Formats: sequence, C-alpha cells, structure tokens
Amino acid sequence: MIDSLRGQNLLDLGDLSREAIVEVLDVAESFVEVNRRTVKKVPALKGRVVASLFFEESTRTRLSFETAAKRLSADVLSLAVASSSVKKGESLRDTIATIDALGIDAVVLRHRSSGAARQVSRYVPHVRVINAGDGLHQHPTQGLLDAFTVRAALSERRGVPAASTGADLFDGLRVLIVGDIMHSRVARSDVDAYTALGAQVHLCAPATLLPTEVATWPVSIEEDFDEALAWADVVGLLRLQHERGSGVFVPSTAEYTLTHGLTLDRARRLKPDALILHPGPMNRGVELDSRVADLPASLVTRQVASGVPVRMAVLFLSVAGTTKEERR
Amino acid sequence: MSDVLVRGGLVVGVDGAERVDVLVRDGVLADRGPSLDAPAGARVVEAGDCWIGPGFVDLHAHLREPGAEAAETIESGARAAAIGGYSLVVAMANTEPAIDSAALVEYVLSRGSRACVEVAVTGAITVGRRGESLAPMAEMAALGVRLFSDDGVGVQDPAVMRRAMLYAGALGVRLGEHCEDERLVAGGSMNEGVLSSRLGLVGRPAMAEELMVLRDIELARWTGAAIHFLHLSTARSLAMVASARREGLDVTSEVAPHHFTLDESACADFDPLFKVHPPLRRAEDVAALREALVRGEVDAVATDHAPHPPESKDLPFDEAPAGVLGLEHAASLTYEALGSEECDPRRFFDLLSRGPARVARVRPEDPRPRHGGHGGALRVGDDANLVVFDPGARWVVDRDELHGRSRNTPYHGRAMRGRVRATIARGVLVVDDGELT
Ligand SMILES: [Zn+2]
Repeated sequence: MIDSLRGQNLLDLGDLSREAIVEVLDVAESFVEVNRRTVKKVPALKGRVVASLFFEESTRTRLSFETAAKRLSADVLSLAVASSSVKKGESLRDTIATIDALGIDAVVLRHRSSGAARQVSRYVPHVRVINAGDGLHQHPTQGLLDAFTVRAALSERRGVPAASTGADLFDGLRVLIVGDIMHSRVARSDVDAYTALGAQVHLCAPATLLPTEVATWPVSIEEDFDEALAWADVVGLLRLQHERGSGVFVPSTAEYTLTHGLTLDRARRLKPDALILHPGPMNRGVELDSRVADLPASLVTRQVASGVPVRMAVLFLSVAGTTKEERR
Repeated sequence: MSDVLVRGGLVVGVDGAERVDVLVRDGVLADRGPSLDAPAGARVVEAGDCWIGPGFVDLHAHLREPGAEAAETIESGARAAAIGGYSLVVAMANTEPAIDSAALVEYVLSRGSRACVEVAVTGAITVGRRGESLAPMAEMAALGVRLFSDDGVGVQDPAVMRRAMLYAGALGVRLGEHCEDERLVAGGSMNEGVLSSRLGLVGRPAMAEELMVLRDIELARWTGAAIHFLHLSTARSLAMVASARREGLDVTSEVAPHHFTLDESACADFDPLFKVHPPLRRAEDVAALREALVRGEVDAVATDHAPHPPESKDLPFDEAPAGVLGLEHAASLTYEALGSEECDPRRFFDLLSRGPARVARVRPEDPRPRHGGHGGALRVGDDANLVVFDPGARWVVDRDELHGRSRNTPYHGRAMRGRVRATIARGVLVVDDGELT
C-alpha cells in the first residue's frame, strides 16, 4: 500500500491508500487554478523529461497527459508507437530501453496488454512510470479524475472548497457502475478509487459482462437495473465495446440498450440530484440516450476538464516527489 | 567406456532398498553386493549418503530441435537432462516442423544417439499438429515411437480424437493429450479466477482442462485406447483420472513440477516467467497435486521442459510464450513435494523413473532407443542407466549456471533440497559430483 504518490510509480490504483488518493485530489485542486490563468504554466517540472509512450492510440488521453506535463514545464517526448514500427511481438524491454537512452524522468505508458506498465517499471527502475491504461487491467488516472469530478460537484453543492473535504463526501456515497465491467480497466480503477474513499459500490451488467469471481470484489451486484438507478447517488456508465458486444457477450447493442441502456425513460428513476459519469468516448444511443448525456446531472464534460489538473497532480507528485510544503 | 563403481549407496529397488555397491561395466550393471572391489581404472562414485535408483525418465521435454535451436537443441537439452538425473528423455513432437513422419523421427533419433543421454521421440497425432488428419503413426511406431501427442494443444475435435484412439489402439501405442479446450481458454494467459479477474488478464478456466479430461476418458472407454494425460493441473482432473483408473481403463497421467510447487499468485506481478499452459492453478490444486504424488495416484512427474530465448520473456504477459525450464530442478522439487526427510525413496523413483518408463513403454526389445533398459529393477545384467541422488544436499538455483541454452527458470534464487550427484546413461558416467564429465 502506498500512502503517498510522492516519488512513486502509478501503476494500479489498488496500490494507493485513501490518504494517497486524497493527496492527489487535493494537489489537483491546486492546479485547477493554474488552468484558469492566462499563462497556464508552473515551473514545477522544469528541466524534467516526460515521455508519452502510447502503444495503443488514444488521442484524448495522450493530449490530456501531454498538456498536463507541459503546464508543469516538463519537456515532452511524444512517441505514438501505436502507428510506428512497434508491432505485436516486439520486446517491451527493447522499446523502453531505446527511449530510456534519450534520458527521461518519467514515462506515461498506454498499452493494449494488461500489466505492461508493471513490467516496464521493472525494466527502468530509475524512471517513474505512470500507467495511462493497460489492457483490461487499470486506468488509474481515469479512476482519480472520476473521483475528483464527483468530489468537486458534491462540494460545490455544499458550498465548501473541495480540498477541505478530504474523503468525507464519499462516506456512504452510493456509486453504481453499469456496463461492460469485465473488459473495462476504467471499472477496475473506479472500484479501487471509490471503495478506498469510503463509497458503497454496486455493479450492474448483463451476467456475461461481469468479471469472473466478481463476488470477491469489494462491491455488490445489482440484478435489477431500474432499482439500482433509484438507489444511486452516482451512476458511472461504461463504453460498450461493439466488437465485444454484438453477438459475443450480449446478443446485440440494441438488446443491450433495452436491458442496460440509460434511456430517457429510465433516467426518470434517478434521484433528482444523482450524478452521471461516462469515461468517453460515448456510444450515444447505446449506453445512454443522447438527451441523458446532455442533462445537467451529466458530468461528462467536467470529467474531460478534470483530466488535466488530475494528471498534473499525478506527474507532479510522482516525478518531482516533493512535499506540498516544498512546492509553496 | 570405463568401469564405474558406485560405492556405499542405498540401492532402491522395486520391493525394497539395500545398501550395496554397484559395478557398471560394458554398459550393463555387472555386479551388485556389499564391498565390491574397484577394478583397475574404474571411476569410483562415493555414494555413502545417497540413493541409487534407475535413471530418471522424462516423458515431456521440448527439445526445440528442429526449428528453434536458439532456445535449445537435442544436445543441450540432453546435457540439462543429465544434470537433472535423467538417462532418457522423450522429445515432444511440437518442433518446427512437427515430428509427424518417419523422416523426422529418424532425424531426432539420430541427433539423440549422439547426445549424452538417451533420447526417444513422441510423434504427432495429426499432420502438422493441426488436429485434422492423422499423422502416419504406423511408420513412426515401426521406428519405436510408443507415445503420440499434439502437445502444445490438445486434439480439439472429438471425432478426430476418436479416430486417433481407434488407430493408435490397434498399433498398441499410447496417445498423450494436452487437455485444454481452446475455445474455452479463449487465448487466456493465466488461471481464470480471483486473481485474473483483478489483473484484467483473460483466464484459462480449470473447466477447459477438466472438460477435455472427461471427454477423453469417455472416448477411451468407448474405443478401448490407452491414453496418457499430460501435465494435469487441477484437483478435479486428478480425481477423474484416478476414478477412471479404478474402473480399469488404461489411463496414465503425469504432473509437472511447476504445477505442484507454484500457484497462480506467482502471476500477480505480470512476470511472463510464470506463464505456462495449463496455467499455474489455485493453492488448493497445488495441495491436491502434492497429495496425489504422495499417494501414488499419478504415474509420473514430467518436466514439460520448455526453453524460450530471453527476448520472448520480455514481451507483455499476454503475448509471451508459455513454458518454463524443468529438467534441472524436477528431482529436487519432487523430493521436496514428497516431504523431504519424509520422502519415500521408492515413491520418488516410481514417479521419476519407473512410472514414466512404463508410460513410455521403452523395452529392451524395442528397435529404438537402442539402449532400452530404463526404469528397471537394477538387477545384474540390466542395461546400466542409473542415478545417484543425494537427499541431504542443499543448493540454490542460479539461472546463469544452468546447462541448457535458455534461462527461463521460475526458480531463480530458490533454495532446494536434494540434488543429483551422478548420472549413468547407457553405461557411461555422464555426470559426476554434480558436473558434466
Ligand atoms: Zn502441453
């Protein structure tokens, strides 16, 4: 268990204690202000080199990380390996060694294989490794930014600064995660984040999209989607992967929408103040109705906006490895 | 070929053990008795604290030749085998190309005849191990092949397996099956369960193995064929095979050292060194395998020795090839699993030598291998294939001190108990004092 991300790798949110997660959220709050300035830059990582290594293309996540690194004044080496010569079967160790030879302080790694970030962290122990999504395993910064977004929304409602609330607003919070849990690294990171912070997490999905041995997860399984919606304070929807969905794990996307889509009709069952999240990109009309996505309860655009300060906080803590006091 | 006198050891026979000296001359066990005199020029192996038994027999070694000589060759694999106490290794058929014809069998046997231990061959069941049409088993059997397997994968199509069983039954040969339904394993890379669920790795369910064990027991009952279950890894698989055996079906089975010493938790850090097929299972399964060994419910410990070059283990977990080295540690791990000081030496030699020799059906009258006496009772006049095992030895595995071409051992740094001191294969002292001669 890591009690502070300072100087540590971020590989798996399950490694982080409640204190460590709250620290990231608090530091991220302090960076929100930077992002509102005309000059959106602090010198925190001046002279440091952050490589972003995306073996699997994700423009939005890569841009979010690179923007975060640049706002911390780091030099960014962007390697879109997904489209280059690195193909299935190439040694992870060789690729990382080549990049390490350029002199880097941190690597932000996205990979189609579960565990790739953990493996890379063994090959380059002197480099900080930030997992930007590995296979079906983890997407830790997504879990952090989801928690950050929820905390910001709830604290605004109460009219208190988010950074003063610690994990209090998560105490007993009812979080429902819906959809393709089995194939979702976001779900694994979300469950880790919310449960560490003290929320109750329920999952709802067609049985074929629940992970094996889900009974051993620190969650409850909801069979009735309508009841689950009425119960929840926060609803996190997951993207249905079409290639996995149609005819393989569920009969069709239409049937998925019928059983587990957040239609306008179903949205009426939600509590009036319930919050809706989706990590994007959305399949409008599949996981959720377009009109639901645009309801005030939807935090989808705020999630995207939270990405930069949260990733700034992660990079700052992990790479600079300094205390809050030193930063001031 | 100089004479060898093994002095002072406990010679472990079929019915009991006695402390006698053993003299090897001209390839045969020439004499046994108390206080034999060393003939002039004889090599003397002092075996005071050691067990002497028939040389070990490995039913399941991937020697990689032809096709992947960077990982292992027949010659380098034989060296590792000798260090591990083996006098006979049966080379698995999944080379490139697969051993699916008389010509390839001849090739491996001829390379094997120059290696430092005896090499026998498993032939493929189907052409190219593709699971479609039967390989020419009769022409391979004529060269002494007694075991056939598409290992790497099992024969997926039950109609093909039925036909293979009927055909093999008539030839009097045995089929070895890698039991995993490939559709159920769905390209997975570790045991399906609590850990795979958390790690986001696609799992290979125990059920994928068990369904195929069940299927093949029923097909064997139907066809009357002899079947050998390779590397069984779950408690239920063992139970099904034990019950089939009690019914009198001609089923045999083996377990691999990694399956009875390591459990799935070894995969928690995504280190591909621990990736094997079938996968490392739950701790309960590991315990069941160890119990089955102690009770003698499996016929053999077989290594599933699977060398891979280092770069292949630097791939992501799901892309890395499956398999670990086994020949050099199997005896020590078996000794440990049988309870170390509690280890019954007869069970030990049953599992490592006599049992697998029965499965391999290697007989002195077989055309190949030429030196046919393996897993024997150590009677005067028998072919001399012997191992001297020191149960009191302590050692630590160092991947840089292995004798094959690859280093993919999952046991680097592990403290071991019991070690092979000497190996006599085809009457020649090939390992003395733990070193190749
Ligand atoms: Zn196999």
